[in-house]
Amino acid sequence: MEILTLIVKRVSYAAMLLLAVVVLNFILINLAPGDIADTIAGDMGGATAEQMAEIRADYGLDLPLWQQLFRYVSNVMQGDLGYSYFHTQPVTSLIAERLPATLLLVITAQLVALFVGTLLGVLAARKPNGWLSHIVTLIALFGYSAPVFWTGIMLLIMFSLWIPIFPVAGMVDVTIEGGWWSHVLDIARHMVLPVITLSSIFLALYSRLCRASMMEVLGSDYIRTARAKGLSESQIVFKHALKNSLGPVVTLAGLQFSAVVSGAVLVETVFSWPGLGTLALQSIIARDTPTIIGILFFSAMVVIVGNLLTDLVLRLIDPRIRNRA
Amino acid sequence: MQDTIHHIAPDNSADAILLSVRNLTVELTTRDGVVPVIDNMSFDLKTGGNISFVGESGCGKSMTALALMGLLPQPAGRIASGQILFNNEDLAQASDARLREIRGNDISMIFQEPMTSLNPVYTIGEQIAEVLRRHRNLDRAEATAKAIELLDAVHIPSPASRINDYPHQLSGGQRQRVMIAIALACEPKILIADEPTTALDVTVQAQIFDLLTELQEKTGTAIVLITHDMGAVARMSQDIIVMYAGRKAEQGTVAQVIRQPAHPYTHGLIAAVPHLLPTITEERPELLEIPGIVPPLSQFGQNRCLFASRCNYATEQCRQQRPEEISRENQHITACWHTDSLS
Repeated sequence: MEILTLIVKRVSYAAMLLLAVVVLNFILINLAPGDIADTIAGDMGGATAEQMAEIRADYGLDLPLWQQLFRYVSNVMQGDLGYSYFHTQPVTSLIAERLPATLLLVITAQLVALFVGTLLGVLAARKPNGWLSHIVTLIALFGYSAPVFWTGIMLLIMFSLWIPIFPVAGMVDVTIEGGWWSHVLDIARHMVLPVITLSSIFLALYSRLCRASMMEVLGSDYIRTARAKGLSESQIVFKHALKNSLGPVVTLAGLQFSAVVSGAVLVETVFSWPGLGTLALQSIIARDTPTIIGILFFSAMVVIVGNLLTDLVLRLIDPRIRNRA
Repeated sequence: MQDTIHHIAPDNSADAILLSVRNLTVELTTRDGVVPVIDNMSFDLKTGGNISFVGESGCGKSMTALALMGLLPQPAGRIASGQILFNNEDLAQASDARLREIRGNDISMIFQEPMTSLNPVYTIGEQIAEVLRRHRNLDRAEATAKAIELLDAVHIPSPASRINDYPHQLSGGQRQRVMIAIALACEPKILIADEPTTALDVTVQAQIFDLLTELQEKTGTAIVLITHDMGAVARMSQDIIVMYAGRKAEQGTVAQVIRQPAHPYTHGLIAAVPHLLPTITEERPELLEIPGIVPPLSQFGQNRCLFASRCNYATEQCRQQRPEEISRENQHITACWHTDSLS
């Protein structure tokens, strides 16, 4: 019950936040010089002032900005994100086509980073001066100093030239035949490199944080109590210590959701992943305002939902948060 | 719930030796080198007996407890020599796996800090049931049922609903009760209580000691109490060991040691205890403190009396040679060159 109130409260905050995001994005994008009329005129190889005015009138661009904004916001509230001049498709259906690919990539990368990062952190914390601990430190240093696109390109070169075991571009192989299972496998194979690339930075962050938090927890009184009970080392580490050291890691993961989404734009571009990132890049080049705002709107939504999930997971982990209400 | 904790008929005679620590030396590796934090310690504990360890902080009391549990700080601490004979099995030589079988089952421990000694993310029911599943092979339902009985035995009201509480929902005294329930869940032969009431209110302290006494009568568990509270010693124990700088300063029955301290350090500890007077008067007995502090770890193990620098009776002999343990009448033991000079 209590959890329902929380969700309702958070969702209503989220709605207000989204409205602000829409208004702000709309204003910011319109402040930038140039619009779709310029692009169309460019494609036509030039246009007279009358033709330009005509195009602007067709798309409602001649109205005052506040009227355009009002129309846009009321359309968004009805689920209509506008029409993409460039893709000649409603933005909503355009995004609906691309969103699943991005979500698949982002969520998988987050989970891989969380799982592997935590595991490495735990193992490193058990022997803070052991070789594994040093390797984790090295991975972490590499992970957050190497830019995502660089890691991506290096992997791309490595796997296209030297060890071509994974596909380096796209999401599906159209030549694959067979049932749904072979399609799932095909997508999984295509995901390997983008997921490694995208998760590398976050994996580095999470493993370092988990190592530090785990080391602190292992020195606490209740771990001594667990030892005094005669529990095995793995029960002490994975049952008693892990759950206590996950808090900071999950909190960070929640904060990093926006970074994962923006990282996805780069990774998708490098690996030609057919998601929102590739679409965003195309739309920016084409000055396709409705699509850009639509993508920003959905990115904001992904971040907000990610944060809400983080809060729920934290409550699940730590009963003290549950009672604070 | 009478059957929660079963009455144990002493298997042998009442005087059977349950635990015999022989010449135990524990070394700790510090920045200044290897130092003996417990230096040639010997004592016996009878089945169902009571013994107290007293002394200032840093005298090796807690280290003794951790050595008995096989929980010395790793990798700094190790048993350098001596034996810990528990039912004739030498725990100093036992494997880690064997020690894990004994911990929480035959020998268990409660700690000074009830506020932080329970895991904040598991229910108290789970934390009690866990030890039963580990050592008694109970399934989940049985362990939970037993956990409720144990909470009842440590006088936590409405135990059936409290097992779902988390530690932060309990007061300090209640948390220490839960710790006691965990420690006594498997009916251990020995309970080590390391300053179990130091962090609690005075009124709660008395309740915890009452509870320990009550449970000891039911279970026949021997209690090793570590404390600086002389009042607790008088209340809980027959025997007392006064430790100083890792060594035994004095050992005897509580009556002997408090009435006739045979070591200047013990004398000082007793004189430093404030007494409540039945009426408040202008005259109050003066409280005497022991001048100086416990020597740094780097001096532990030197061949001299480590208390000499703080002692009024100290002579050249004290500074040259470690005093031997001498036995006075009725196994009253002291390690002091000038014990006869003490009135």
